[in-house]
Amino acid sequence: MEVLRIATSGSVDDGKSTLIGRLLYDTNSIPQDKMEALHAASKRKGLDFTDLSLLTDGLVAEREQGITIDVAHIYFSTPTRKYIIADTPGHIEYTRNMVTGASNAQVSLILIDARRGIVEQTYRHFFIANLLRIPYLVVCVNKMDLVDYSEARFNQIREDFQQLLDTASFKAQEVKFIPVSSLYGENVATRTNTIPWYQGDTLLEYLEQITFDQEDSRHPARFPIQSVIRPRTNAYHDFRGFAGKVSSGQFQVGDEVISLPSGQKSNIKTIEQFEKQLTAAHARESVVITLEDEIDSSRGNMLVKPEQAPELRKELTANICWMDQQLLTAGKTYLLQHNINRVKAKVQQINFVTDVTNHTRTTDKTSMGLNDIGNITIRTAQPVFADSYHENPANGAFILIDEFNNTTVAVGFII
Amino acid sequence: MTNKINWEFPQALEDEAIYILRETAAQFEKPVLLFSGGKDSITLVRLAQKAFYPGKIPFPLLHVDTGHNFPETIEFRDWLVNTLGLDIIVRNVQDSIDQGKVQEETGKYASRNALQTVTLLDAIEEGKFDACIGGARRDEEKARAKERIFSVRDEFGQWNAKMQRPELFDILNGKINIGENVRVFPISNWTELDVWNYIRREQLEIPSIYFAHEREIIERDGLYWPFSSYLNTTADEVPFRQKVRFRTVGDMTCTAAVISEADKLEDIIAEIMEAKISERGARIDDKRSEAAMEKRKQAGYF
Repeated sequence: MEVLRIATSGSVDDGKSTLIGRLLYDTNSIPQDKMEALHAASKRKGLDFTDLSLLTDGLVAEREQGITIDVAHIYFSTPTRKYIIADTPGHIEYTRNMVTGASNAQVSLILIDARRGIVEQTYRHFFIANLLRIPYLVVCVNKMDLVDYSEARFNQIREDFQQLLDTASFKAQEVKFIPVSSLYGENVATRTNTIPWYQGDTLLEYLEQITFDQEDSRHPARFPIQSVIRPRTNAYHDFRGFAGKVSSGQFQVGDEVISLPSGQKSNIKTIEQFEKQLTAAHARESVVITLEDEIDSSRGNMLVKPEQAPELRKELTANICWMDQQLLTAGKTYLLQHNINRVKAKVQQINFVTDVTNHTRTTDKTSMGLNDIGNITIRTAQPVFADSYHENPANGAFILIDEFNNTTVAVGFII
Repeated sequence: MTNKINWEFPQALEDEAIYILRETAAQFEKPVLLFSGGKDSITLVRLAQKAFYPGKIPFPLLHVDTGHNFPETIEFRDWLVNTLGLDIIVRNVQDSIDQGKVQEETGKYASRNALQTVTLLDAIEEGKFDACIGGARRDEEKARAKERIFSVRDEFGQWNAKMQRPELFDILNGKINIGENVRVFPISNWTELDVWNYIRREQLEIPSIYFAHEREIIERDGLYWPFSSYLNTTADEVPFRQKVRFRTVGDMTCTAAVISEADKLEDIIAEIMEAKISERGARIDDKRSEAAMEKRKQAGYF
């Protein structure tokens, strides 16, 4: 069964949590006791309807303020597939949590309040969905009931959004517009006659049709080694296997591989998954690979195919999103973690900081603050075996870790 | 519309969990797997077995025994540990009580559920464990829905929900400061149904109380409580025999039974799909308040 990961974003009060609640409700995914708890909680808040948003705002602070602070993960399934929704905050100060939720998504779902149209946060969300190169974008124009289901209003918003699309760096994103009312469940999972001028798919119908292309499998083969398995038991005395998850591409038994950074060559002897022997390993599969020859490889090294080896780079240019209260300062050192490989790195230069609303670039910045998005040049102590994010996303991103407090301070997308 | 049962386990979830377990073993010095004897931690043991095969699981199991467990769970634990040749550390809530670190609750709702947090934190400190692998799932409860895969706890075991580390793609940052530890949740993205489908696919053994059996129960607050010497009952709570099973396995004082005839995995799965009550709806410990889980997590519960 396939898993489809969706990230939702919207600004405060766009009705995002209500929309998710509606999807769950309409797919019979809310058990009766949870529904009763919702009725009771809504009543306590003095509401005369069942507030489905209470389902997702899981923290006391969120329920108090009526906002989403951190990503909530919500699950439902249809006979077709399993869905994972990362419900991300819309508030600017929680952008880093939004990026966290969106980083694993195949679909970005942006909500727009039909009365208010495109707002500052819409630009930010769209920019991030673009930066992350999320393949599908669904724009739900919500609260259609509050604009008398006006087709003109919907079209206006679509036109306004088109201007955003024109500025997009990632043009291949598939974009779909749907007029909905999440409060009344219109065009969420069911069609109603209140919007007769819209004959397209409901949100759920659209999601059900999304096809998975195995793009990761078409990219160059990359196998970061997580650990070396050497049981040294009688039965497996000479066993030496490399455990890891294929990042992209695929490997077959017999393939010639080289280990980076040493450059030593060998051929794949076996590909194993517990007691099973496989003939091939595909993107995102966790396996153990054994080689014909004893070569020097350990955690943090990478197996690739000789004809499609990445460049070993010690200087990277990358778009980054800064995620820490402490400023990023040019000249400071951090730990850079690419896949599972951690190296010391020094920020050489901040090339520019981008204004996500009008896409203007400021080039004379010497620091970046929380939630800033910009472009930097970074030098690493050891080479990294990375691809450009736009060519191979699975091998083109990294995080920066503060050496002193160990927290994750940035995410980077290699140019 | 979705009541049709999907028996297929999404393989991507196993690949993800194995990747997380391997990262845990590689990034930490002393990981430990928190084992309760329930289906989620049994699933974790299977995943760990697969992740390091043909090598051994490179970390021990830790069981915090409240002393109020179902005897069937303890029997199963010992069987599993023996069969797979696992290392296990058992720490008892009774010892924490005897040391005066915690006080037994009183009254008819008395349970040791909250008490076990202290025993757990002591065991973590004693064993110098820097990573505790747990079987919590995000679909269980709305505070758990907010949890990261690598979730950092301070030296008091506290979860700071408002200041969680960003977690991007599948890049896991396990670096921590002295005194901190990380709770690791490899099956975060699994649902209850995924776990059952996995148990079915892998043909895993589970404690017998998951299957329908006859037992003495009492009815209280609309729930069926297993009758035992640990449960404080009032005079009008008369135990009666009934065929039931348990949907989750906690203490005998905080886990309610469901009336059921399901004695095969397939029947259990079918029953869950049709159930009107959520999995933790039978967890009395969650019913204390709307934020019961969040409060316990802040205090170091897993």
